[in-house]
Amino acid sequence: MPEGEVVFARPAALEDTPTHYCPGCTHGIIHRLIGEVIDELGIREITVGIAPVGCAVLAYHYFNFDTVEAAHGRAPAVATGIKRVSPENVVFTYQGDGDLAAIGTAEIVHAANRGENITVVFVNNAVFGMTGGQMAPTTLPGQVTTSTPTGRDVKVDGYPVKVAEILAQTTGAAYIARRTVTQPKYVRSCKKAIKTAFKTQLAGLGFALVEVLSTCSTNWGMSPMEALRWLDENMIPYYPLGDYKVIDEVKALP
Amino acid sequence: MAKVLMKGNEAIAEAAIRAGCDGYFGYPITPQTELLEYMSRRMPELGRAFVQGESEIASINMVLGAAAAGKRAMTSSSSPGVSLKQEGISFLAGNELPAVIVNIMRGGPGLGNVQPSQSDYFQATKGGGHGDYFPIVLAPSTVQEAIDFTILAFELADKYRNPAMILGDGSIGQIMEPVELPEVESKPPDKPWAVTGCKGREKNIIRSLYLLAGPLEARNVILQKKYREIEANEQRHAEFMLEGAEMVIVAYGTTGRVAQTAITRARDEGMPVGLFRPITLYPYPKDAISSLVEQARVFLVLEMSAGQMLEDVELAVKGTVPVEFQGWLGGRVPTPSEVTQTIKEIRTKYLK
Ligand SMILES: Cc1ncc(C[n+]2csc(CCOP(=O)(O)OP(=O)(O)O)c2C)c(N)n1
Repeated sequence: MPEGEVVFARPAALEDTPTHYCPGCTHGIIHRLIGEVIDELGIREITVGIAPVGCAVLAYHYFNFDTVEAAHGRAPAVATGIKRVSPENVVFTYQGDGDLAAIGTAEIVHAANRGENITVVFVNNAVFGMTGGQMAPTTLPGQVTTSTPTGRDVKVDGYPVKVAEILAQTTGAAYIARRTVTQPKYVRSCKKAIKTAFKTQLAGLGFALVEVLSTCSTNWGMSPMEALRWLDENMIPYYPLGDYKVIDEVKALP
Repeated sequence: MAKVLMKGNEAIAEAAIRAGCDGYFGYPITPQTELLEYMSRRMPELGRAFVQGESEIASINMVLGAAAAGKRAMTSSSSPGVSLKQEGISFLAGNELPAVIVNIMRGGPGLGNVQPSQSDYFQATKGGGHGDYFPIVLAPSTVQEAIDFTILAFELADKYRNPAMILGDGSIGQIMEPVELPEVESKPPDKPWAVTGCKGREKNIIRSLYLLAGPLEARNVILQKKYREIEANEQRHAEFMLEGAEMVIVAYGTTGRVAQTAITRARDEGMPVGLFRPITLYPYPKDAISSLVEQARVFLVLEMSAGQMLEDVELAVKGTVPVEFQGWLGGRVPTPSEVTQTIKEIRTKYLK
């Protein structure tokens, strides 16, 4: 390798700016993967991102491309509006589990069911992060949060919502996968899935979503390392990693 | 130009198409549904976007997306559905995005009924959703006006980067009248702020979040400046037989039309009464009403509500002249004879 050659740099799709995310939060890694994928696909100049309401509401500080901030849970509808009038743009939403799996359930299910040609990156950290760690639809049974002080009681609060499994049932969905970013091997696999989700849209194949299991060390009350371990040991068994729906056309993508 | 017979809802839809509406997103609700059905047929024919959303919430947010992309976008609904759109309308205003919302009002509160009503006036003209904002609100009283105001709504929305609303009652949506459909010349302005992909320019961000008080205050100051500008430039109204009128009836939409018939009869009987019919409900044509206090000895406000626009008339009149009110509730439409009767009573009370 010649001297001075750049082998690793910040993706052009990301801004050079300090993070506001907490230490140990994996939103940053996921932003980075999206940035790398957008660079590699050469789509930065045609991409429109939709930021959610949640900790990632400021995603437009980090993404170096056009961005719209949606109302809480409405990102798939906003993305639908953009994509339908500007099909030449690549449109994706970035949503947390409160945003997507609580208040925005109708919007995500119907966007998937319409086979809306958009990409969704769904960050499941098992709590409402931004509002201070209340129960999310994805909070595990028994998990203590600021609104389940004695642990989530499934008899009262119902069961954690399995988004990838549910959306895989929609006929319109083309690609549904669940990944995490707690270990280097998982990060690599997650990036591949995010890339597939964008390629699905570029090929016009329809709705693609990658659920990414993510940490919230602050609201879980753990150190960053403990949080990564807790996710591996508790979330992955409940939310198994894997591909939940891959239509043949997506399988055949180069 | 040859006239065609059209139903109000369909006429609004066709007017929107002529105004260059690129995307329509809606959800069925009586008495507005023909608008959505018309769009479902015509928009795909023209290669434009039509989506029947899963709810009014989804539909208004699809409109927000299409507007953010720089395209002309529209949704329509009736009262309960428009309540659901308020969050989205607040976001449109906060993001400074142009879009057209049609409310063909029905009786309320709650599910109410599907009869004509004007009881969403407060919601439409005072903001409706959270935050300090106003949509521009236009109130047609005929199918022809519904057409003309729809085109105007797209133009004003673009001009001020603000949501604009057509506020019609159920009879405006359902009535059939001969109309002229104009060719629309105006083109949407350039929208350099739109999210179209950042090729060849800095990235665009469309947002309403300003975490600190200072920046959000600054943002609101800009918005308020815009609303003052709208109030200064866009007040519109129509007048009927105001010449020499000592009693000024203030009524909009269908009620204004009924009043017009009643006034013609009253004038035949020698009663000095005329009509002031607001066309813009926001900005309210308060300057013109204020100047009428010189001439009027009494104002009579008529509404198919319990008295909502009444407050704006009272604010404009500022207690200088008595303001009387008659309202019709629950989807009941006034008859000209009822109005004539009221005119007589008010005349006896104030003008004899
Ligand atoms: C309509 C509405 N309801 C509630 C809120 C308050 N709120 C802000 S963020 C949030 C939860 C976000 O949680 P999640 O989607 O899991 O994202 P995270 O913050 O964990 O990344 C809530 C309830 C809001 N902004 N708007």
